[in-house]
Amino acid sequence: MVLSPLDIQQKLERILPTVQKPARYIGGELNQVVKNWDSIETRVALVFPDIYDIGMSNLGLAILYEMINDRPDALAERVYVPWNDMETAMRIAGIPLYSLESKQPLTAFNILGLSLPYETLYTNALNVLDLAGIPLMGADRREMDPLVIAGGHATFNPEPMHLFVDAFVIGDGEQVIQEIIDVYQVWKHSSLSRQQLLVSLSSIPGVYIPSLYHTYYNQDGTVDRIEKLAPLAPIPVLKRIVPHLPPPPTRFIVPNIETVHNRVPIEIMRGCTRGCRFCHAGMVSRPVRERSVSEIIQAIDIALKYTGFEEIGLLSLSSSDYTHISELVQAITDKYCGKHLGISLPSLRIASFSVDLMDLLIESRHGGFTLAPEAATDHMRNIINKPLSTEQLLDTVHQIYSRGWTTIKLYFMIGHPAETMEDVKAIADLCKAVLAEGHQAIGHRAKLNVGVSTFIPKPHTPFQWVSCDSVEQIQSKQALLKQELRHRDIKLTWSNPEVTLLEAWLSRGDRRMADVVYQAWKNGARFDAWQDQFNYDAWIAAFDAVQLDPTFYTHRARSLDEVFPWDLISTGVRKKFLIADFQLSQEFQTRIDCRANCFACGILPAFAELRREYPGDSWSCPEVKSPPKRKATVVS
Amino acid sequence: MRIRLTFSKTGPMQYIGHLDLHRSWERTFRRSGLPLAYSQGFHPQPRLNLACALPLGFTSQCEILDAWLEQDLPIAQIQETVSNALPPGLVVHSVEMIDLQAPTLQTQVNSAIYVITFFDDIPDLKDRLQRIISADHLPRIRRNKSYDLRSLIEEIALLPQNDSGNYEVRVQLAAREAATGRPEELLDELGIKFEATHVHREKLIFAGT
Repeated sequence: MVLSPLDIQQKLERILPTVQKPARYIGGELNQVVKNWDSIETRVALVFPDIYDIGMSNLGLAILYEMINDRPDALAERVYVPWNDMETAMRIAGIPLYSLESKQPLTAFNILGLSLPYETLYTNALNVLDLAGIPLMGADRREMDPLVIAGGHATFNPEPMHLFVDAFVIGDGEQVIQEIIDVYQVWKHSSLSRQQLLVSLSSIPGVYIPSLYHTYYNQDGTVDRIEKLAPLAPIPVLKRIVPHLPPPPTRFIVPNIETVHNRVPIEIMRGCTRGCRFCHAGMVSRPVRERSVSEIIQAIDIALKYTGFEEIGLLSLSSSDYTHISELVQAITDKYCGKHLGISLPSLRIASFSVDLMDLLIESRHGGFTLAPEAATDHMRNIINKPLSTEQLLDTVHQIYSRGWTTIKLYFMIGHPAETMEDVKAIADLCKAVLAEGHQAIGHRAKLNVGVSTFIPKPHTPFQWVSCDSVEQIQSKQALLKQELRHRDIKLTWSNPEVTLLEAWLSRGDRRMADVVYQAWKNGARFDAWQDQFNYDAWIAAFDAVQLDPTFYTHRARSLDEVFPWDLISTGVRKKFLIADFQLSQEFQTRIDCRANCFACGILPAFAELRREYPGDSWSCPEVKSPPKRKATVVS
Repeated sequence: MRIRLTFSKTGPMQYIGHLDLHRSWERTFRRSGLPLAYSQGFHPQPRLNLACALPLGFTSQCEILDAWLEQDLPIAQIQETVSNALPPGLVVHSVEMIDLQAPTLQTQVNSAIYVITFFDDIPDLKDRLQRIISADHLPRIRRNKSYDLRSLIEEIALLPQNDSGNYEVRVQLAAREAATGRPEELLDELGIKFEATHVHREKLIFAGT
């Protein structure tokens, strides 16, 4: 029996008083959009596969929410995963997963859009389908079941989720989502089959339909080749980019409860020119496209009027590299000084210039100052291509402490390729040196927070060939840091090596990994991103059950000619470029910011036509010099 | 200037706790553009004061907020501007200017009147109420402290069925500092599950009224 929104509402009244933070499950916040359900042709449920508190801060879904709801013929509503207590209560009461706006069950929607920014959401995504009563396997879905699509950075290797998702959106979603809705509407008015819908969708640039391909494996478990099953299915599927960032969303929903980032997020630029070799985002989100200062200021102004938020976040992969950053920060300061507005400017480079920038934002000083050196020796920084001298770091932190910040947070990674215990020890030494600068500047008020995560080789990066550290290696490196950094004024945090391992398995997984994900979910894996919920045994048992060796995915150096499962997806960056960069890392050679010197990563030829249409400053890439491709003219 | 707003908290706002409600009000003022005053110091806080925290899940038509503004404005203009900026679930009923030195609200409230709606039929509801009414003492323990619930119940009466056919009880409970009667404790005493009811705060009674 399908429950109506009214049934769901009535059942909710009795269970909401029994669960933690019931406001997660009721919607009704300022700026939510509720359209007339019956008069709208295409209904899209936007799903973030974690709880409300996390999902509400996702900018990607906020962008799509506004864009879809701006269409008169479509609506978008939000769905998050219920926390364990609510899931239990819903299953007992027989309440299917529903949207917050209309309390419609997910089966009443035409399209389900899953956001998959990171791999540890996969089992939650399966749980969403299960709670909604939608067949988990794409192959089992019937004509009337919702079309399940997914996008987000993790989908640059879509294969571990290929069984469960009908269509993946690779790259920027702003235009693709509209085209998917258009194709869907044409199909809905036709008498074509669901399979034919999928074939039509595969003609949209940036859309990957996994059921139209077959993977053949070698004896040793590596991929032999990938073949398409439909003549028109593209190989490879080139990611989609928006040539020019569309106006940023401004009508943000204002949550009534605390969420992770309870603020106005404004993306000031997309992409990064620095080329850190471990960085997935930096490789897959090229080219760099910037927004103008006036557009950003205007968006902030409108968003603050709509929302009343007391904080804004200026988001990008490397804020200090935004061309007009000084002008932007000055303009914001002039406009909002004395208005009790917090301004967060994450991802700053380690340079005194960054301190000058933050100094302007005087009202937000209590937030602490975060820097990410990632490694502590010159040698290791050369390997990862994040060149920076220790002197420069110490000089920067001295200025930070001197200018009124008492807490600095430093991010490091362990487990980089070719890392030795000396490199790890150097992290501890550097932290002590940083704190010493603090003590010298402001005495014992100086505090240092150190976050040490573990490197995970990601697909489409120059490190996609390398092997991971074993759990034992990670543990001994963490033990060294814990021992060395035992200090009253230093707070050390690290990531659970087993969660790291899971992320590493999934990042470079192939199609067979989908069976592991399914089995792990059946074994009870949920909320894998939550340290206290992560169930390592469920995953090990899953590998056992499908007879796959987890170390095949993580503890194996790949040869340069290996065919990767994700070679089917093109980010525009050539494999040849990644190989050259990988080899440079082995020679401890760096590459400078590619705004100063284009290294021909491949983005420009892949999107030459777009670059030609959008010349000038909005891209950081050089202009295209070659003549435009001549279009075939039809003479009748 | 200091103003006092009386407002309803219903719908999606009924599941919002005291601290979150405080932030919702700050954002409401920020959207309205009214010159809300902030405290001095390194971490300036908005000068807002909510009286008598309402438990999560209750609705109310008599919540009270004091707010301080940086400049004097006509009351009618304030009410209109604030009302236009409210989130769904909050409605302002009245705004009045009060003395800057007036005591905080918490110290002035004497009692609160609640209406409890029962989702299910409880055939012996009358008898259960009668037992409460005729008891001299209802000793209970809350957070390891014993107290007498009966002395906190000032009035209690069964109401006729509402439009949906549900039974309702109106109860007046003491709401003084260190002597606060709680509807959920009364429900427990009645042997009725909290989640099978809806509790609405109808009125706050102040000292001297």
